Amino acid sequence: MAEKVYKSMSFANPHPPFTDGVQKLAAAIGGVGLLLLGLALLNIKQVQNATMLWVSLSLLASGTIIFSARAYLTKSAGIKNDGVWFNNLTNRGLWAWVLGIIITGFYVLLYWFPSLLGLNSDGNTGLVHFFDPLSMALKGEVASQWFVYGTLYTLAILIFGIKFIWKYRHNKYQIVRTISVMFFQLGFAFLIPELLIRLNYPYNDFKNMWPLNYYFFDEWSIKGFLSSGNFGLLMLLFGIAMIFIISPILTYYFGKRWYCSWVCGCGGLAETAGDPFRHLSDKSLKAWQIERWMIHLVLLFAVVMTTGVIFSFLHNNPNGYWMNKGLFVALIAGLCLGTVALFRFIPVFKNGVSKRVNNIISVLGIIIPGIVYINYATGSGNAVFLNFYDLRKTYGFLIGAAFSGVIGVGFYPLMGSRVWCRFGCPMAAILGLQQKFFSRFRITTNGGQCISCGNCSTYCEMGIDVRSYAQKGQNIVRASCVGCGICAAVCPRGVLRLENGSKDIFEKTDDLRTQHIQ
Amino acid sequence: MKIAIIGNGISGITAARWIRKLSDHSIDVISSESDYFFSRTALMYIYMGHMRLKDTQPYEEYFWEKNRINLINEHVSRIDFESKKLEFKSGGEHAYDKLILALGSASNKFGWPGQDLKAVHGLYSLQDLELMEKYSEGLEKAVVVGGGLIGIEMAEMFHSRKIPVTMLVRESSYWNNVLPQDEAEIISQHILDHNIDLRLGGNLEAILDDGTGKVGAVKVKETGERIECGFVGLTAGVHPNVAFLKDSILEIDKGIVVDEYLKTNMEDVYAIGDCAQLASPNPGRRSIEAVWYTGRMMGETVAHSICNNPQKYDPGIWFNSAKFLDIEYQVYGDVPPELPEATQSLFWKSEDNQHSIRLNYHAINKNLTGVNLLGIRFRQEVCEKWIREKTHIEDVLKDICLADFNPEFFRTYEQSLLQQYNHQTGQGIELRSKRSLNQVISFLKS
Ligand SMILES: Cc1cc2nc3c(=O)[nH]c(=O)nc-3n(C[C@H](O)[C@H](O)[C@H](O)COP(=O)(O)OP(=O)(O)OC[C@H]3O[C@@H](n4cnc5c(N)ncnc54)[C@H](O)[C@@H]3O)c2cc1C
Ligand code: SF4
Ligand code: SF4
Repeated sequence: MAEKVYKSMSFANPHPPFTDGVQKLAAAIGGVGLLLLGLALLNIKQVQNATMLWVSLSLLASGTIIFSARAYLTKSAGIKNDGVWFNNLTNRGLWAWVLGIIITGFYVLLYWFPSLLGLNSDGNTGLVHFFDPLSMALKGEVASQWFVYGTLYTLAILIFGIKFIWKYRHNKYQIVRTISVMFFQLGFAFLIPELLIRLNYPYNDFKNMWPLNYYFFDEWSIKGFLSSGNFGLLMLLFGIAMIFIISPILTYYFGKRWYCSWVCGCGGLAETAGDPFRHLSDKSLKAWQIERWMIHLVLLFAVVMTTGVIFSFLHNNPNGYWMNKGLFVALIAGLCLGTVALFRFIPVFKNGVSKRVNNIISVLGIIIPGIVYINYATGSGNAVFLNFYDLRKTYGFLIGAAFSGVIGVGFYPLMGSRVWCRFGCPMAAILGLQQKFFSRFRITTNGGQCISCGNCSTYCEMGIDVRSYAQKGQNIVRASCVGCGICAAVCPRGVLRLENGSKDIFEKTDDLRTQHIQ
Repeated sequence: MKIAIIGNGISGITAARWIRKLSDHSIDVISSESDYFFSRTALMYIYMGHMRLKDTQPYEEYFWEKNRINLINEHVSRIDFESKKLEFKSGGEHAYDKLILALGSASNKFGWPGQDLKAVHGLYSLQDLELMEKYSEGLEKAVVVGGGLIGIEMAEMFHSRKIPVTMLVRESSYWNNVLPQDEAEIISQHILDHNIDLRLGGNLEAILDDGTGKVGAVKVKETGERIECGFVGLTAGVHPNVAFLKDSILEIDKGIVVDEYLKTNMEDVYAIGDCAQLASPNPGRRSIEAVWYTGRMMGETVAHSICNNPQKYDPGIWFNSAKFLDIEYQVYGDVPPELPEATQSLFWKSEDNQHSIRLNYHAINKNLTGVNLLGIRFRQEVCEKWIREKTHIEDVLKDICLADFNPEFFRTYEQSLLQQYNHQTGQGIELRSKRSLNQVISFLKS
């Protein structure tokens, strides 16, 4: 009966003034900044100069900052979710769609039609030209569409980071974590790579590791490192150490959050600019099932693609490296069969997945080295039934561009801020597997204090139904949890705590603390 | 066996879930409030726009079918205990073998003149929330009468919509019939800091008609003042929702009287949650405890009893929690508003008045008896263990870091708490553990 009435209840709100005069003014200031970018895009001569670029970026920043200061600093510190579901922008209303379409459109231009943004080898025009002065100043080259993107991306993380810090200023975990993503974005993703180019080294974002950085093992990338002397070699080795040593150690100690919500740029944007949309993630069981299939398929895709890329690289360059095809095939076989053995014989792993999943792992663990071996045995650089070059291209198009960019960010206002991290990111998949099976990290549930209110699940950007564990009094150990800590922040009863402990890593989820009768 | 449960709140649903876990009985859950179980404690968040009704429902729709829990949206108007039949308001009948009454509460009204005017409401059910929503449109001023947990929630709700609100509270500071004076004062100040017009020591004399059958103002007894308003929230407590059973053969006092197995005076009829009144509660506990947690424990207990594993209801060590605007509150064990004889209290508060810790302990044996917290989260299992094992206050203080449950990087308060104790008692105790999960696990297993 009543379902209809209640639904309308969320929408038929008298719309109290959530924004006041100062905020409208701030929005106008930011709007002018945006307008200048628009005019530059249309290549209006009057705005195409360095001063206007600075004016535009400063207006964007100050508009956002004034707006958020007004929204949060005028109120006492605490959770600020009033009216989230009443607001057109944050409840998939018209403005959400408009914003989604604009961002999606921007990404389409960026990836596939950069000339429409003004990229031109005979001299940039439009938006790309607008950023030439900044690019010249930083690295002594004219801008590319990627420079424009990187600048705007970094600016967004910085200004929305400030907003986020003010919003959660009663929570030090949130503050420290946000300063961390701001630091890594500005330093590691933006300034250092541009400086490297200025110093004639290959572009490298040290924290961006494989498989998120899917071109790390591409021929041009490896050759770039190898042709840049000792420092280049160091960068290559550091990249490999990140994957096989640094990341597993940190994930063991802190869970995947050390990367996903403290360091990563994709996560950084989601946490800051994407924060107003975090509640839009789908919490249903169905969504979780889709998520597990998708993210692991992407991981598989990334692994097969990279294996192929390295194999063809070694095939084309048989001499001169300590690694050769034979060794590589052995390595892959070892890794794959090792994984199969892990899931067949080690109880934690075996019991952590369903029988069906375990069988899938076994089949794949045999097929992948099989394919590589056939290539090796037939002496072919490209697989008999898999063209590695095409595979790499398809991956770049589908996953690298369409998924992580267009859908990942463009769909913020419609599907929440972590669509890519949740459904697509192969890095998240790897870290997640380790987090689930071999990490000290978990979210502890505080005894029987949960009142099943649902704030935690609602504001989990990864769509984890946190409540379903909390109300049982069970710790939350989920592969997808990025450790943002927002569930613990919004919980009105202090039920959740992110923490690390080594004593019980294989029994983290055993206790059911609301079970009253033993 | 055919089991009927009236009420789809936390107690009824917990009972249904556990019966399903323990048996194959047929389970019918009947309620006229909503199709699906939702969290009553989250009603305020729907109004404030933090969540939709859907988000407050702990189980997805597939859950009920999968677990063969049959949900029936009907109002029970009469129960024929002798022939084991329920009569629905819509005219239908429903037979059962065993019946669980999980009827919840209803808001108190104390016979105030004008209490039945339009736009005068309590906050208990979804329908109440709907009415609140309806009268909020264009509302310029609200008055909340009563200073309990629901009162402050209602005030916060209006506040979130920028509707000016006055809280009319009988006590001399907010909720000081439950909270010790220091804490009550912190919260009173916190309410005022939010620009909520808190009137302490004020009783409601009458609710005045605006001429159309709707509220126009309230009159305060002490001052005779008239406060103009378009909505009055009545939040002066709740009572068991048993009116429709009053004339039946079921034994009812304030609530439905049950024994320690949660059985009523009628064979095969049980009562749990807010509507149940324990004939002999544990020492120091009330016979009716209208909170979420006890409802959940009763639901689980009764399920065992019904499934041939009779269990006495034992709620364990008292705990509760709430949130007053931005300040969270937790309590473990016994912390009465007035310090009982032979009890001592260590009370610490932060300089900004946003955080406080109170540790009550026995004056002679020195064992911890209760913990009261504002703006600080403690680990329930650790506090329970201390209280259960009658741990000496000094051992508690030395290990106080084990109780910390605040987010990582949270301010340290432990040193300052110990200093205060040392200062108060002339002792020189020091911390001996860290905020470390490994230490907590060892402690809990010891
Ligand atoms: C706004 C609010 C905030 C609260 N916050 C907290 C909190 O923070 N912590 C806490 O511990 N407690 C809190 N409580 C109290 C807590 O919600 C209750 O103790 C708990 O919900 C009681 O659960 P119950 O299952 O006993 O009854 P209910 O949840 O009331 O369920 C009873 C159901 O039975 C239905 N019913 C009754 N009679 C009939 C009939 N004749 N026919 C058909 N259906 C019928 C009712 O409509 C209702 O749906 C809060 C309560 C309110 C109102
Ligand atoms: S479960 Fe909590 S910490 Fe993990 S991603 Fe969700 S909100 Fe963040
Ligand atoms: S854990 Fe906290 S936020 Fe989540 S449902 Fe329980 S009480 Fe609500």
